Amino acid sequence: MTTATPPTGTGPLGKREARLAWGLLFPTIAIVSAVVILPLLAIFWISVKPIGLADLRPPAPVVREALRGSDDNLRIQYRVRNSSQSEAIAGVTLTDTLPVGLSVRTADERCTIDDKQIRCDLGDLEGGDRDEIEIFVTTDDEEAAENAAEASVPRMTGSGNNILTNFEFTGENFARVFDGNEFWTVLWVTMFYTVFGTIGALLFGLFAALLLNKEFRGQGILRGLYLFPYVAPVIAVAFAWIILFDPFSGSANALLVQMGVTDEAINFFGERPLALIMVTVFEIWRYFPLSFLFILARMQSIDTDMYEAADMDGASPFQKFWYLSVPQLLGILSVLFLLRFIWTFNKFDDIFLLTGGNAGTRTLTVNVYEQAFAISNIGAGAAVAVVIFCCLLAFSFFFFRFISREEGL
Amino acid sequence: MSLLRYGYIAGPLIGALWTFVMAVIACMVMSFATGEGLRPVLIPSLIFGAWLGFVWLPDGGRSRGERIVWSSALAILPALAFLLVDPAIVAAEGTSLTTLVLTWILFGVASAWPLEVMLRPLPFRSANRHEFEDAVIRFLTGFGYVFFTAIVAIPFYVMVMTSLKNQSELLQNPLDFSIDLSKGWGLFRSYQELFADFNFGTYLWTSFYVSVITVFLTLLFSVPGAYAVARLRFRGRKAFSRSILLIYMVPMIVLALPIYIAFSVTGLRNTIIGLVLIYPVTTIPVALYMLQGYFRGLPAEVEEAGLMDGLNRLQVIWKITLPLALPALASVSLYVFMIAWNEFLLAFMLLDDPSIFTLTRGIASLNSSEIPRQHLMAGSVIATVPIMLLFLGLERFMTKGLTAGSVKG
Repeated sequence: MTTATPPTGTGPLGKREARLAWGLLFPTIAIVSAVVILPLLAIFWISVKPIGLADLRPPAPVVREALRGSDDNLRIQYRVRNSSQSEAIAGVTLTDTLPVGLSVRTADERCTIDDKQIRCDLGDLEGGDRDEIEIFVTTDDEEAAENAAEASVPRMTGSGNNILTNFEFTGENFARVFDGNEFWTVLWVTMFYTVFGTIGALLFGLFAALLLNKEFRGQGILRGLYLFPYVAPVIAVAFAWIILFDPFSGSANALLVQMGVTDEAINFFGERPLALIMVTVFEIWRYFPLSFLFILARMQSIDTDMYEAADMDGASPFQKFWYLSVPQLLGILSVLFLLRFIWTFNKFDDIFLLTGGNAGTRTLTVNVYEQAFAISNIGAGAAVAVVIFCCLLAFSFFFFRFISREEGL
Repeated sequence: MSLLRYGYIAGPLIGALWTFVMAVIACMVMSFATGEGLRPVLIPSLIFGAWLGFVWLPDGGRSRGERIVWSSALAILPALAFLLVDPAIVAAEGTSLTTLVLTWILFGVASAWPLEVMLRPLPFRSANRHEFEDAVIRFLTGFGYVFFTAIVAIPFYVMVMTSLKNQSELLQNPLDFSIDLSKGWGLFRSYQELFADFNFGTYLWTSFYVSVITVFLTLLFSVPGAYAVARLRFRGRKAFSRSILLIYMVPMIVLALPIYIAFSVTGLRNTIIGLVLIYPVTTIPVALYMLQGYFRGLPAEVEEAGLMDGLNRLQVIWKITLPLALPALASVSLYVFMIAWNEFLLAFMLLDDPSIFTLTRGIASLNSSEIPRQHLMAGSVIATVPIMLLFLGLERFMTKGLTAGSVKG
């Protein structure tokens, strides 16, 4: 008698299922890698290149065509110039169709005319160079010729040195990013913002969840209200805060002066330590609803039997909270902490809108924008982005080690 | 600590804290409503509150009604003395008597009534742990409601009220949010101007259709992907669902830089198509994560029955899974719509042409010194109201959907 052995490996059905799965996943993978993976690779590439905002448009020959002179002097004139002031363009050529009604008398020696096709070879064009080509022509009707000349658009070719694709590298971007005290200041600001923003949002969320974890009339309304900061567009609430805390005509300052807390107006978003505290408070304000939602959901799924048992044993309210609720919530709290930590670390819009990174609130993400667009040094911005990405990889390493134990989210 | 357990110590302490908070709140509410100056005074309000907390304490088997009558009789004279001789709330110059009286009434009711509820469990003498903690929790609950409602409501209140005023009114008294109802429709002048002169109608429409297309594309890509991850067995499934999470932790600003470059080079910058290409990619990972959580929760037996009856997988998805997952689809759509509607960074970086601005980009363009800030706030209100209405209407879906999969903020 033979013993039956279970089949090993993947059977045909399994293979078909896997094929179907990949088929279903393919569009997502394709589009996500096109918009996420490629840019990430591009960031690494750009971070080691000396590239500024102006270099995004590669040098190209620019031409203007005009019909000039009259009678014997009638000529088509092409004025060519290099769009870049510094980069040379190699192998510049010009092609155009000879307008109807014109016949060529003499042409520039760099041009060949073959069956109404003008083709000129201009060679190399240095940075900032100009060139001119004239083709003398005759015609019967000058006005029509002029219109015809303007109607045909000359085409230019030529290969410029495109900084994005060539093999010129530099370590200067990173040197610049890590240069001096600035980087450490930025890192410290980022850490302050991230740590306090995260912990604050969690604690406030926990508090709000404890408040609403009971049935009463108006609970739904309050829950909806407490979610407002998270649901409203960031740009709207950020501007509302700016106006509320305006040093000259803000209501908060007027109120504080009126209540006698302060004698003169406080510049909440413009003074050094205060601005950082304010953006952190804004972050807490805006994201406590999210923690609140998750914690509340978890609270409502805790078995009430446990609390009843605790009541029988005579546990006091604080004891029940500390010995029963907190251990039950620890999982969601730590997952939320890690997630919020990463997202706060990544946050850009809030600080950008509130202070623009001024007054000591420049975090790493704001620094990307600052370097790339305010200072117009895309390479340096990309280098900061690479630093962010590396931090992120480190965080997510922790995250995944942890979340595999706390998959229940 | 144990000293605190005596009712006659804990009661006045809670009373003092609560009354001071209420003094501040009453002043704030009245100042915001009338624009007149009111100031809470620390020491008198604390003393008044302590007195209130003392007389409100339950004592020896008296019924609640008796206690209230007794304590009111006991309280009224000293209370009046406190209010008149050394008042807990003083008015600034120019504040009308009516306002002051109203504030006092508000203050009195808001202090006394909740305090009675808070102190109900607390006996006059030594309280046991339960009674003491119960009173503290009642105090914290009351404080929590007031605190959260205030911090959430104030910025939105300022936003709406500012949009209804004009520049000179705002500068004259930044606290004055009272509305002159006699102006009638004139109150909405900022809104009229935004729609007439600033193209906000177009922005609204652009934001709307961009968001709807984003929702549609997101679902198109994420439903098959989520199904595959949730149901089908294939190698690399775990790694795949991890990498989804990882992708939605990549900060937008890191991607925005190469996307900006790529779009500049290819000419997609400054087009709606570019925006519609990029938005779904930022939302697909979230949607996929939320949906796969939901699909996992659906019973596999129903689908297997479908397979047995001769449907193929795609038909199973279309005819069985999707109809069952309608609530999840609704919440994912709502959430994605919210993300797309509120999106600011990409719109800000990619759009320059005012004729194709989205709403958030349009508001950003209002942020200049030449445009009065009631316009800015009116724009913010226009952006906030639709998403709020949508959200309040479908809040139940939203809450479920947000907590079903962890969500990006």
